[in-house]
Amino acid sequence: MATVLIPTPLRKFTNHTSKVTVRSTKVSDVMMELTASFPDLTKHLMDADGKTASFINIFVDQDDIRNLNQEQTEVTAKTVISIVPAIAGGVQK
Amino acid sequence: MLHIEPSILRSLIANVEPYPEECCGFFLGHVGATSCTITKSMAMNNSTAGNKQTNFEITSKDYLYTESIAEEENLALLGVYHSHLNHPAVPSEVDRLAAMPNFSYIIISVMDRKFDSIRSWQLDTHSQFQEEKIIIDSLI
Repeated sequence: MATVLIPTPLRKFTNHTSKVTVRSTKVSDVMMELTASFPDLTKHLMDADGKTASFINIFVDQDDIRNLNQEQTEVTAKTVISIVPAIAGGVQK
Repeated sequence: MLHIEPSILRSLIANVEPYPEECCGFFLGHVGATSCTITKSMAMNNSTAGNKQTNFEITSKDYLYTESIAEEENLALLGVYHSHLNHPAVPSEVDRLAAMPNFSYIIISVMDRKFDSIRSWQLDTHSQFQEEKIIIDSLI
């Protein structure tokens, strides 16, 4: 089963677990499986349309899925999927 | 509530004070029952493609690196800091929209390249920033 690394700010919603194993074989299913297991994660990971929120980046092993096959990117039992919150800000847009 | 060691506070100020651009980084430490203690800070490159005098961004790779350091050193990644140049240490709407829950956001105000103030903020359950107290340990 693939492993999902939960970012520190969201571990409160995964019973303080940093690594979650999933059976899914593509990223979109991984996200659905993850939020089904931990529903409180949903509003922090997904937008109103049920897609991954714009402020969340997903890496499959070392690669951003935007450089792979987006949410259709396939994963295997050895894959490590990292959920990374966007870290940005400032005094104006 | 955030406890911070004086040496860490000095390093944060030294990191942000001289620069004509927003500086940023992470801080790590220990989580207690009612407060957190910062024991380490890690300066990061401001990678924003926008105006670095008014905005900052930390890459995903830098975030993942910091998480790996936290795990290696058995520390908790407590939050992110950044500077506001010639602007109060108060989060902007840009800061709020990008913020995560359960994370501390330290803002260091630098006026005319001199440290002015440091404040920390956390999102509440309504996704609004509330200030959290910073305690400098040597002053307890």
